[in-house]
Amino acid sequence: MQNMEVDQMQRQYLDYIKSLFLEGFLDGQFLQLQQLQDENNPDFVVEVVSLFFEDSERLLNDLTFALDQKGIDFKKVDAHVHQLKGSSSSIGAQRVKNCCIAFRNFCEEQNIDECLSCLQQVKQEYCHVKNKLETLIRLEQQIVAAGGSIPTMEFSF
Amino acid sequence: MESKKSEGESSRSRISALVVDDDAIIRKIHKAMLQQVFNMDAKSVKDGKEAVDLHRCGANFDIIFMDKEMPIMDGHEATKELRGMGVKSMIVGITTRADEKDREEFLAAGSNHCFEKPLNRAKVEQVLHDHPNFPF
Repeated sequence: MQNMEVDQMQRQYLDYIKSLFLEGFLDGQFLQLQQLQDENNPDFVVEVVSLFFEDSERLLNDLTFALDQKGIDFKKVDAHVHQLKGSSSSIGAQRVKNCCIAFRNFCEEQNIDECLSCLQQVKQEYCHVKNKLETLIRLEQQIVAAGGSIPTMEFSF
Repeated sequence: MESKKSEGESSRSRISALVVDDDAIIRKIHKAMLQQVFNMDAKSVKDGKEAVDLHRCGANFDIIFMDKEMPIMDGHEATKELRGMGVKSMIVGITTRADEKDREEFLAAGSNHCFEKPLNRAKVEQVLHDHPNFPF
């Protein structure tokens, strides 16, 4: 009975993670991250994802503040977006990364309206990917708690 | 994944690597990848000045993965500084844009390669493949 339950959870996990790739929330970089998790680093993915959440929330607050100023310092705005682009691309948060690419272009142009629009978009994409990653981690924890192992995904790009 | 093996490599000590990046997430990921996938002895610092200071204190690395945009000292500035000090390590510049200008700046400063983030297995393999006599 327990094996059937674990099988079902593993199938659910694989379906869910596949959907995240197909919908563009995650890219291959996330798989590389998972492959770095082993018995010596059993919580590697959770640690990195948690760092990403902390970092992103700080950067989004800094961006909101920077774009709310009378005289906007676009260099500062760009520096924050640069950081967010770097960390999102390193964990495979593809949609967040893509928003940052556009955002940096508008920073260069010093286009306030487009920058504000990008900020809203990147906040939205960050919220989406945060929810998705939290769900994924929860599914992993349920599988492990039920005595199963986290299945690995084969994905061709 | 198996780490790169070549004739004679088993008799060499591990490749020493330095990751230079102001982002803690990137330092963690790149270090883990270099250690686990390529069996490198990897350390990290958070900006170009720390990398330069480390070398001034006598540290030496076979390969340095250098981020471009960092506070205090940029990647290409640090690369120039290190080459000026006589550092012969392989230096791989890592940029955040697919910008030819960033790449040219890095190569002009003395780096051996330049890639766009993120650093991944394929890019590290390319560096090792392109330099069969590495470590120098």
